[in-house]
Amino acid sequence: MSGKVKLINENGLRIDGRRPNELRPIKIEVGVLSNADGSAYIEQGKSKTLAAVYGPRELHPRHLALSDRAILRCRYHMATFSVEERKPPAPTRREIELSKVIREALEPAVFLEKFPRTSIDIFIEVLQADGGTRCIGTTAAALALADAGIPMRDLVAACAVGKVDGVLVLDLNDIEDKEGEADMPVAYMPSLGQISLLQMNGTLTYEEFNQALNLALEGCKQIYKLQKEALKAKYVAIKEEVETCLQS
Amino acid sequence: MNYFENRQIVTPGELLAEGDYIAGNNTYRIGNKIYASRLGLVEYQGKTVQVIALNSVYIPSPGDQVIGRIEDVNVNGWVVDINSPYKALLRVVDAINKPFKQQKDDLTSFLDVGDLILAKVIAFDRTMDPLLTIREPGLGKITQGQIVKVSPAKIPRIIGRRASMINLLKRETECKITVGQNGIILVSGPTPEHEKLAILAIEKIAQEAHTSGLTDRIAEMIRREKG
Repeated sequence: MSGKVKLINENGLRIDGRRPNELRPIKIEVGVLSNADGSAYIEQGKSKTLAAVYGPRELHPRHLALSDRAILRCRYHMATFSVEERKPPAPTRREIELSKVIREALEPAVFLEKFPRTSIDIFIEVLQADGGTRCIGTTAAALALADAGIPMRDLVAACAVGKVDGVLVLDLNDIEDKEGEADMPVAYMPSLGQISLLQMNGTLTYEEFNQALNLALEGCKQIYKLQKEALKAKYVAIKEEVETCLQS
Repeated sequence: MNYFENRQIVTPGELLAEGDYIAGNNTYRIGNKIYASRLGLVEYQGKTVQVIALNSVYIPSPGDQVIGRIEDVNVNGWVVDINSPYKALLRVVDAINKPFKQQKDDLTSFLDVGDLILAKVIAFDRTMDPLLTIREPGLGKITQGQIVKVSPAKIPRIIGRRASMINLLKRETECKITVGQNGIILVSGPTPEHEKLAILAIEKIAQEAHTSGLTDRIAEMIRREKG
């Protein structure tokens, strides 16, 4: 399969010029939607994703409510214009599955028991897809939750590793994902050292798996750092503005 | 051991302190390590570590004064939206002083859907929706003024240490300001201009709640606006 496209060149660089252990350039913004309780926007290479959080709020329909904790609901959705060929707007099997997967990656991070009988709703909209959208969605949703002021054990950072042309690479893009030999998304809570999502597609040997996991965790830690900076940036900007006003 | 300085911004999951500490608001403990559970400003006070949240929802607490909107009228009371994940109930006995006959009296003649009320929370726990009362002096239907909504996390800042900020606002803008713990504030003044100024000041406080020296800046702003 990988015979058709050359994914790693003779210098050991990838199709978009990255080294194997390099993430795509990441831009994060927090609090972009005024009507949501919390929101975040992430651009990672050519993948662009928006996440919004509403709640904790009163749950409708009422019968779904749990008497001891909040329920977390998550909708991952790809915009019709997010891929080259128009994607019908109805949720596909893949999107429904990813909604569940992302919800389960975030659930261990949130103190749901603090808000019995309520719901916390997450909406993830992929605006432009170029691989790794479930990871970017998870990362953005974690930021949106924190921005909404929902108590959390830790932020969740997610990142994929894979194998293309026999080389382990970090943060796959669309071509590498489709033409490569393996793809493994990992979501991680770095402060707690806990993994909340681990999926794998394709084949890796036992040694490769261990190496790939370590590579993914390193990637998650880098993303975690950017997440923290982005969350603080919203408030630090106001603080600095005030301080410069005082000096002048 | 402290890992931050007082009033630094921390994110969920950041390690705040290690060793013999007490986990305060918006923090949690694993072993002898204390982590932040919300985005906010960290505060170390003796052995207590706490985080002052920058954004939060309103969780009712008995004794709180709140401002709510009547959402529905039942046979024995009203359902009130108090800007919280939980709908509040106002029973007839907590609203009306005289005996009430279900067959004869029309509840909508006292309070109707859309009316705003100033109320006090009398009971709330995890298992039950909050109960309100308006049978206390100063409480009841709101008939005049303007409403401002801010994040409930900013309310302590708007009141200020020993009510310094709110007293400043009242004095300088000549408005009556009633603060609901649920993040809804009622401003009523002699003219709409006075009210506008007070609302502007409140919005500025909410925006810059995490900065220091705010009271002085607000005083200056009001004086400048008054010209």
